[in-house]
Amino acid sequence: MTETPSLTAVRDTFGPAVLRTDVVCGDAIAVVERDQAHAILTWLKDDPSQRFNYLTDITAVEYRDPELPLEVVYQLRSLPRKVDLRVKLWLDPAGPLEVDSVYDLWRGADWLEREVYDMFGVTFRGHPDLRRILMWETYAEGHPLRKGFPLRGHFSRAEQVRQALGGQTESFYSSEELEYAEDVLPSDVRERLRRGEHGGVR
Amino acid sequence: MSTRTVELELATSGVDARGRATRVPLGVGELREDVLSGDGLMVNIGPQHPATHGVLRLVVELEGETVKRLIPHVGYLHSGFEKLGEYRHYNQIIPLTDRTDYLAPMANNVCLALAVEKLMGIEITERCRVLRVIACEMSRIISHLVWLGTTGIDLGAFTPFLWSFQERERIYNLQEAWTGARLTTSMTRVGGLMADIPDGWTDALRGFIRSFPATLDEIDTMFTRNAIWIGRTQGVGVISGEDAVNYSLSGPMLRASGVDYDVRKDRPYLGYETYDFDVPIGEHGDNYDRYRVRMEEMRQSTRILEQALDRLAPGPINVDDPRVILPPKSRAMSDMEAMIFHFKQVMEGVKPPKGEAYLGIENPKGELGYYFVSDGTAKPVRWRIRPPAFINLAALPKLCEGVLLSDVIAINASVDIVMGEVDR
Repeated sequence: MTETPSLTAVRDTFGPAVLRTDVVCGDAIAVVERDQAHAILTWLKDDPSQRFNYLTDITAVEYRDPELPLEVVYQLRSLPRKVDLRVKLWLDPAGPLEVDSVYDLWRGADWLEREVYDMFGVTFRGHPDLRRILMWETYAEGHPLRKGFPLRGHFSRAEQVRQALGGQTESFYSSEELEYAEDVLPSDVRERLRRGEHGGVR
Repeated sequence: MSTRTVELELATSGVDARGRATRVPLGVGELREDVLSGDGLMVNIGPQHPATHGVLRLVVELEGETVKRLIPHVGYLHSGFEKLGEYRHYNQIIPLTDRTDYLAPMANNVCLALAVEKLMGIEITERCRVLRVIACEMSRIISHLVWLGTTGIDLGAFTPFLWSFQERERIYNLQEAWTGARLTTSMTRVGGLMADIPDGWTDALRGFIRSFPATLDEIDTMFTRNAIWIGRTQGVGVISGEDAVNYSLSGPMLRASGVDYDVRKDRPYLGYETYDFDVPIGEHGDNYDRYRVRMEEMRQSTRILEQALDRLAPGPINVDDPRVILPPKSRAMSDMEAMIFHFKQVMEGVKPPKGEAYLGIENPKGELGYYFVSDGTAKPVRWRIRPPAFINLAALPKLCEGVLLSDVIAINASVDIVMGEVDR
């Protein structure tokens, strides 16, 4: 089986923007054109025949084979229709990783997109507050879930310890919090921020 | 500059000669208004704070005592489980799942096994299915008991904490008898279970089911009509059903807002559609409804446990499939074929075919989903945890809009987070 009603509908509506449809292990998957993705997701959410109103998850997959694209994966669910759909977009792992944010459709995308950005370096255009979430803001080793990232990190243990101990107070606050507290910050911290420095060792 | 007269009072009132409480004015002075309502104040709560339930850090911007903005910071307990999983065989990932939501380790084990079985197209045995249901529902009860106890402490009630932890201890003893561990249970394997339950175990569980509702009723008496409890929870942290869906909330958080979504009913696994149980739904979406929903879920879990024990029939716990299950030791030592399977299992691990599968289960915190992508080797290309606590916590700034600082503690408690899972 390679079709479900939702897959047929999305292909009939968007034609060539749907690159591929599959049913794997019983899960319906549609791979869509990156630039059309936001329009397709909006349609899936709002169209009365689809009503995928619940965003279960956003994640990304990078394969061990460097020839394969890096996938951004949206797990959608329609609560009224009790149907699931997985929408994927393909990105070139060597190229710029950029997709449109779905923050405007589902507020649940807020932290999920931040996590994908943190772990894979995918930029979500239009996300209001795209910064690292699990790693700290000044983390300089890259994006941990990329296949090129070694299990123990890029830096040596000694370097990691040095960076951790050398961190400045302000690295524990986000830039918007620091902006708020500007007039109560000590003068040396204020001076560092004015020079454009933020956080620990770079 | 406007001024006003303030009267300062003793926090603990004194008692006069007749035993009546007196209020002793400490002094009368003039206080400048701008001291009380300045531009605001930035308060940092955590990451080491008992009311944040782990290493959660909240930066709160206050206007007087009202929250203007709240920014949560997570990641202090980030362990890179998803990355570690890419370097391990599927069965070797099971110990990692214990450590994500460590308040319901058995349910996580079950989710992992189910996801890999979905990937491989394996049908597990009937006894295994029933035992996994028992594991999931026991997990739901202990997780909710921890939530109940700690939330009680956050809101100033100490006694129910002791009662609920006493009951939780009894389930921990059962877990220990079954798996050898109280917390790091690792009780499932792909295609079956690590071990069958020991002799007399079902009687012990029946004993628990008989007496547990009485404790639940006692806690109910302490809380449900308690003026302080109601004052701290009703109308606090309200989120509408529409918003709850938009914020991707799940579990009791979603159902307290009146949205009828329970994975056990809507996308049944382990034969949950054959059990007779109700899914409690709230209507106001506030802390109180979340409390009521969780209380009722514990009662429903005991119902499911009872039915599961009734249908628990003797039989094998593991599938008869040498791709995933080790042959019995005696056969491995005497039979050439079994020896080869044993060797391949231990050295190479379980090898699902190329493909991917997402499987969600109804964990105590919400919908826990494991998403596996396999390229045909023994180690997954990607193991994604859909963390219910992380996604529920993301709604905290929304829940805390314009509330009092003290309510932030109550609301944060009502979300029921566990940082091991939030940070993974």
